[in-house]
Amino acid sequence: MTQRSFPIERGHVLAFARALGAEPDPGGAVPPTFPIAYAHFDPDWPLRMRPGRPWQGSGAGPGGGGAGGGGLHAEQEFTYFRPLRVGETLVPSKRDGRTWSKEGRSGVLDFTERHTDFHDADGELVARATAVTVRTRPAGGAA
Amino acid sequence: MSTPATVIVGDERTEVVVEDLRRTQIVMYAGAGGDFNPLHTDEPFATRVAGHPTVMSHGMLVMGLAGQVLADWFGTANVRRYRARFQSPTWPGDTLTVTARVDELRTEGGEHLAELTLTTTNQDGRAVLGGSATVVTAGEAT
Repeated sequence: MTQRSFPIERGHVLAFARALGAEPDPGGAVPPTFPIAYAHFDPDWPLRMRPGRPWQGSGAGPGGGGAGGGGLHAEQEFTYFRPLRVGETLVPSKRDGRTWSKEGRSGVLDFTERHTDFHDADGELVARATAVTVRTRPAGGAA
Repeated sequence: MSTPATVIVGDERTEVVVEDLRRTQIVMYAGAGGDFNPLHTDEPFATRVAGHPTVMSHGMLVMGLAGQVLADWFGTANVRRYRARFQSPTWPGDTLTVTARVDELRTEGGEHLAELTLTTTNQDGRAVLGGSATVVTAGEAT
């Protein structure tokens, strides 16, 4: 398996900042939620079109089926051990976090935590992104 | 590097981070963030397949917009932690107001840190995103 990488590119940070109605930080720091944009470089990211593969969006018809199915995004956290800078390349690695359940109005809510750790060129942990997703199952049903 | 802000417990800042959210901004966010789920950008899919009234904003766009308050107040490079809970959907046409409040000040490893709570509401007063953050500050005001 080839090593994953997340190059922090000036144009990408510019486009991301503008999507938030802002301009990039003149000092080269990245917006607090920027690590989510690793999705572009993530070989496993399901929510983009790929040549030759089915896609759920509309064309001649309204679309349907295909990608998604990862549960609902309930919470997100970013932790910085130092500021990230335009021009550096990070090495992301994913790992599972905690799982827990609670009773909801329409059944049992199953929460799943997934971490992405970002290391710099010196192997130092510089940032972590944590996503919590939730799926609902009918009370008494199997997970 | 931006200069850390001086704050005390109870300080708060309120900003309107988006007014009349346009579909184009959602498209810009999809392109930059990489989440091309058609729920967010594809009206026929969003309405006829997903059964929504229209396209829904990415929760991560709302988190990013709310995070601008932290960037404006403390400087992007001083944000150490930022967490959000997605509470309600945001739609085109929505206006979002964010309030960030300083709950606690502490010192760790010689650094002055502030713990904050963020609330984000839409034009109807409905909470759409709740959050918390840790930022580097210049220390307590004297």
